[in-house]
Amino acid sequence: MVGWERHSTARVLPPVQPRKLAKVPFVELADGRLQGVVSSGSDVERVYVSSVVAGSHGYSCSTNNNRPCGGLRGTPCKHIQALLEEAVVQYGVARVARYLRIDVDDPDCTDLDLLHRLRGGPESIPAAVVFSRFLRHLAYLEVPESTEPVPELHWFPATRVGR
Amino acid sequence: MRGTHLAELFDGADPGVADALDVVSGFDEALVPGLARVGAEQQSQLAALAGAVAVTPLRERTREAVEKVAAGSFGDEHLAMLAGARTALLGAVHDALLERLDTALGRPRATWATAEAPAPSVSENLMAGVRSWLREVAIAGWRGVDHDLVSASAQTAEAVLAVPALRRLAVLLDGLAAELRASCPVATMERLPLRRWADLWSRALLLAQPGGLPGSAATPVSGRLLPLGVDVHEHGTAVQVQVHAVLESADVPPRLVRTSLTTAKVETIVGPAVWRLLRGAPVLFKALAEHRALEITDVPLLPGGDLVWQDGSARPGETVEPFATARLHLGTALAPAVPPLERHPVRIAEPVLLEGYAVAVSEEGESRLDVDGQALTVDVARLPGCGPLTPDLVAASSACLGLVRWDGGRWLLQPLAVQVRNRRGTTEAHTADWALGPTDPKVVRAEARAGDAVAVLRERAGRLLRR
Ligand SMILES: [Zn+2]
Repeated sequence: MVGWERHSTARVLPPVQPRKLAKVPFVELADGRLQGVVSSGSDVERVYVSSVVAGSHGYSCSTNNNRPCGGLRGTPCKHIQALLEEAVVQYGVARVARYLRIDVDDPDCTDLDLLHRLRGGPESIPAAVVFSRFLRHLAYLEVPESTEPVPELHWFPATRVGR
Repeated sequence: MRGTHLAELFDGADPGVADALDVVSGFDEALVPGLARVGAEQQSQLAALAGAVAVTPLRERTREAVEKVAAGSFGDEHLAMLAGARTALLGAVHDALLERLDTALGRPRATWATAEAPAPSVSENLMAGVRSWLREVAIAGWRGVDHDLVSASAQTAEAVLAVPALRRLAVLLDGLAAELRASCPVATMERLPLRRWADLWSRALLLAQPGGLPGSAATPVSGRLLPLGVDVHEHGTAVQVQVHAVLESADVPPRLVRTSLTTAKVETIVGPAVWRLLRGAPVLFKALAEHRALEITDVPLLPGGDLVWQDGSARPGETVEPFATARLHLGTALAPAVPPLERHPVRIAEPVLLEGYAVAVSEEGESRLDVDGQALTVDVARLPGCGPLTPDLVAASSACLGLVRWDGGRWLLQPLAVQVRNRRGTTEAHTADWALGPTDPKVVRAEARAGDAVAVLRERAGRLLRR
């Protein structure tokens, strides 16, 4: 056997864990941010776009129509808390902490521990960019099925998630 | 597969294989600092690549490409030659490995008949956009990949996904971009998946060449289709269910075939829920879940052994156990030829049946099936979450239907189904047992608790996408 570097099917991304999607339909670690979309508790037509910047830990939250979230008063609002909570379910606390560059010594720490270690303050992050990534994400469900073989998927074997 | 087959498979080494893979690794290392920054070491690695294809028609143009890269003045055509030379070497490795496996199994294989149809016509602008991003990646090198470079692929990838003829390229680009995105900034990664990323980059570059997507002429076939098992492929935004089966047609010997269903998905749809995304093949899925044969009429068969599934051309037949099909046919069925552009070790996936083995777990936690003193390692990471197969079931099994694969310098077994003997007799588990929904009450309850991810996202899409 040779090193991991010489494996065509070397696993780069651990499988994500399933989670309930109703409250936070979209979470991702991308563009140097933890970002996502949080459903409004009161209005089904409204969603909040929340994000936390890796490294600086600056955060932002606004509606998809770019109205600032009323809950942001110098501390992360409940949407950002929900985003962090669901990100930890989806990716595991270690991966979220590593991406955001939060120092954690305890591998069993929780999303609340991560929340308390955010060092940044409110920051202006364009909600439109994140929201369009969410729309693109949803658009995948509209792509038609195909019956042509995709041999390139041999590089992507399915694996089990912990159940 | 008996111990003697395994002994023949493992016996000796093909010296050419190791040498070729070393040359490939040299090229892969050159992609770390990027081709804009090739030093003396990378230059000699690229020269070795040119040397390895020196007795082939690629000779002159590969040598030229290496010189251009060394001089720092290369274009798309030079990158394509380097990717082509690397692909040719891995194609030769594939051929040597598959021949070894066929010989060990005594498996007859059809020869490739060059009956390629014209390539589908696709927008050259779009392909140029893909090549341009791949060039930027090669120039930056893996160490230079940052958020901006990954984001730069998004628009092109989205446009490629919108073209059905480019599905292969779209799925590949999405898979590579997602890994790079999660690894950004790559400069801070301790270890890099060199072979893997260079594989994906090279294949994408070849598929994005003008006429790079091969068209193939299909032949309509009819007969009785006997499923053996299902291989599942998945990344964040795609899932493919690939059925391995035996086709019995009039006047020709039984053939090994595959049929595949692919659809787009999102990262949060995992486990048994992926079956619900595939809605176009209810007849096939019923046959898989109930272990039935299928009668098919005039379904297109591609020269590489892939049936282009048409659910309306299939009728469910009588119950036929996949293990019985394997015992009856795997020793003699004719295997299909491998299409030229698919020749890569990662594509080796030969159905086999193993029985009469002892399961041993090594100190590193690896399961091995020991048959007559010969041990084949089980790739338990390849058990898909959408089915009931678990490492424990494999460890308790007495018979295993699976695919022989090769990666990282060794042969592996990917289980597709197992038989387990217990006090009540023999039970079975197959990867596609839940094609019509989970049958394990515990899994059904867990699914109900988690809620229907597909339904939640479709509801959101309905509200937000069409405004
Ligand atoms: Zn908020």
